[in-house]
Amino acid sequence: MVADAHHLGHAIDISSTSPTPFWRLVRVELRKSYDTRAGFWLLAVIGLIVLAAEIIVLAVVTTQDESIALGDFVAVAAFLTSFLLPVLGIMVLTTEWSQRTAMVTFALEPRRPLVIAAKALVGVLLTLATVAVSIVIGAVCNALYGVIEGSADWTFGWSDFWAFLLTQVLAMLGGFALAALLLNTPAAIVVFFVYKWVLPGLFELGAQLVGWFGDLRPWLDFQSAQNAIWEWSSSGEDWANLVVSGVVWLGLPLAFGIWRVLRAEVK
Amino acid sequence: MSTPTAAASVPTLDVSGTAPTPFSRLVTTELRKTWDTRAGSWLLISTAALTGLVMVIQLIVAVAQDLELTYNDFLTSTNFSIALLLPVIGILLLTSEWSQRTAMVTFSLEPRRPRVIAAKLAVGVALAVVAVVVALVLALVCNLVYGALSDFAVEWDVSVLQTLSFVLFQVVGMLTGFAFAALLLSSPAAIVLFMVYSFVLPTIFGIGAALIGWFEDLQPWIDFADAQTPLIDASMTGEDWAQFAVSGFIWLVIPLAIGLWRVLRAEVK
Amino acid sequence: MITVEGLTRKYGSFTAVDNVSFVCQPGRVTGFLGPNGAGKTTTMRVMVGLTPPTSGRATIGGHLYQHIPNPGRHVGVLLDASAQHGGRTGREVLEIGARTMGLPSSRVDEMLEMVSLTSGEAKRRLRNYSLGMKQRLGIAHALLGDPSVLILDEPANGLDPAGIRWMRGLLKGYAERGGTVLLSSHLLHEVEQIADEMILIGNGRIVAQGDKKTLLAGDATTASTLVTALDNQVLADALAAKGIAVTGAGEGLRVDAATVDVGRVAAENAIVLTDLRAAEGGLEDLFLALTAETQREAVV
Repeated sequence: MVADAHHLGHAIDISSTSPTPFWRLVRVELRKSYDTRAGFWLLAVIGLIVLAAEIIVLAVVTTQDESIALGDFVAVAAFLTSFLLPVLGIMVLTTEWSQRTAMVTFALEPRRPLVIAAKALVGVLLTLATVAVSIVIGAVCNALYGVIEGSADWTFGWSDFWAFLLTQVLAMLGGFALAALLLNTPAAIVVFFVYKWVLPGLFELGAQLVGWFGDLRPWLDFQSAQNAIWEWSSSGEDWANLVVSGVVWLGLPLAFGIWRVLRAEVK
Repeated sequence: MSTPTAAASVPTLDVSGTAPTPFSRLVTTELRKTWDTRAGSWLLISTAALTGLVMVIQLIVAVAQDLELTYNDFLTSTNFSIALLLPVIGILLLTSEWSQRTAMVTFSLEPRRPRVIAAKLAVGVALAVVAVVVALVLALVCNLVYGALSDFAVEWDVSVLQTLSFVLFQVVGMLTGFAFAALLLSSPAAIVLFMVYSFVLPTIFGIGAALIGWFEDLQPWIDFADAQTPLIDASMTGEDWAQFAVSGFIWLVIPLAIGLWRVLRAEVK
Repeated sequence: MITVEGLTRKYGSFTAVDNVSFVCQPGRVTGFLGPNGAGKTTTMRVMVGLTPPTSGRATIGGHLYQHIPNPGRHVGVLLDASAQHGGRTGREVLEIGARTMGLPSSRVDEMLEMVSLTSGEAKRRLRNYSLGMKQRLGIAHALLGDPSVLILDEPANGLDPAGIRWMRGLLKGYAERGGTVLLSSHLLHEVEQIADEMILIGNGRIVAQGDKKTLLAGDATTASTLVTALDNQVLADALAAKGIAVTGAGEGLRVDAATVDVGRVAAENAIVLTDLRAAEGGLEDLFLALTAETQREAVV
């Protein structure tokens, strides 16, 4: 067919067109994450919630004369962003479906895995930005605490920093994986919160009631397994638990979801 | 088209013979709209399926592990199913009109918007009641099976008050979702807010109460989820009801009022 | 050029596109014509890789769409002008497209100007666009990468008469410069005025293809004329005397004869004509006849 078309002089000469480079896709996807009002406000709300929470914490500890360290401020931020970032991870992907822009996106870049990878990377970049903002806000609040109370405790190790970073990235990717699996914003958000808040309780209950489930649980409970990161556990089994449960909660939905996106008829 | 009367020089639309859309018709239409889409029917089916699944797991574990269970224990397991998904149904009932842009059609067929919203609210309450009936039947069946399989005697710790409390609990859950939806008119935002409200806020309230003295006294009056807990075992006292009313006003009535005011004034696109 | 070979797409037992083959040549505007639900959109979606075909294939310039690097620079696509994020501004939609294709922002301004969207309109969010404005934006988006092939699904939908005339000129000029254009429509008159080549599809099958003359030549229906005279009755009598069938049509007459025959009768009888033209019904009749079994309304 190609030779035939050349003969007719009607073939499109693609030899001088370079394929869309990955970094350009990433930049475009990054732009798409904040150029709508909904996207912009999601990012702004994450920042504002962290800010408001840190100010409340600062007000509470200074009025109650409690002691606090930088690590505590960061922990508060980590608690909040651990459920806001997954929502971001979900919306990065599902808005393409709910707003039907996937049609245009995949028409301009038919190599769909690259588009998905660019979106995942954008999620990671936004997570890094959120972590940076959280630490800055935490540091400012801690400095204010020092000014008000006379002395500030700057306890915050690098291992905490990396743990914070890694767990937030994993949280975001958890949302992203569910979004890829379900391709529907409300469903993905509901399932994510069930996974995040209901499942640990059920795991706990199951482990108490059923003997063998207690042994199985560490291999399934991705959230508890992430404690290994915070503690920089030296136990090989802890890390094995993390990897196995990560495959269950991140790897499988992501793989199945991407397989689905690749085969899906985009409407 | 009506025929112009001889007397009037400008032809007018004769509306005297047309009855306004009765509320009952709006309700039946809105009810139909909850299940006639694939997303809608799957949400309802998943809710029922999840309710059954949780109870069956509970039943299997109890029988296998020789645990003592009562009828009420089966009902309480709906915390992991109905209590979670009914509010989502309540949210999507309203927000899908905006996300799918059907509000344009809905409000052009019935411009009296408060009646449309009221019809949706009625449908939400009706679905909550249906969900409760399904849960009661499932719990009944599970308890019977449990009685047949387990060594323990079947216990029917059921009362009218308990059942009514259970209905009220689920209806309030649905209404909370509906109120958040009216306030935000966006499915993702309303669902996130609801999840934060039901899972994150109690933790924060707990920390606040532990740290600040006066907050501990205030918390029962602003923590709506906490105020509903006595409903589950039907142990509401006078003060409980007062706290239920005050916190409910904050979390239900205010968002609903602001939301309705917004819907009534909104330009529908 | 676009080549479609034996393309079939089934959804369960429903066959949306049934063994469709055709070629769109460069330098020509090809009109893809058929009633609602005939399979036009599905065919176009398969062309750009959004719908996998059940069998057969569609290539553009000798390549499967998926194999074209940076396809926006070669193929301009407009499938559904409404399928854009309602919260994005018109300019932002083009900006994103330009960035994906690696084009400078100045290209966005050029395109906005070309489709006559003012800078004020370009700053508005798509939610507040009329269908015609979305359509203009969609055409701008398709032309952004200066492609050599255009695939447009119902591009005239929602455009005002001036907009339709503008688009006609734009696409003709584009084809004259050597571009390949495939546009679909369910409006015969729209396609007739712009397309060099026509493909008629009904029920997922191609029922006829060719240029307007070929299509009409293959049609057995006789020519028909619309005529108005100062005194229609005199003309009708004169025509009837020649054995030519006449029916009333609006203020004039519809005559089952070529314009030249009607003119001759009028001249012979010294009848003053105020209007004389060929009835455009030929192609329309053909279209309705060919797609009769797929039409929703019975053809009278």
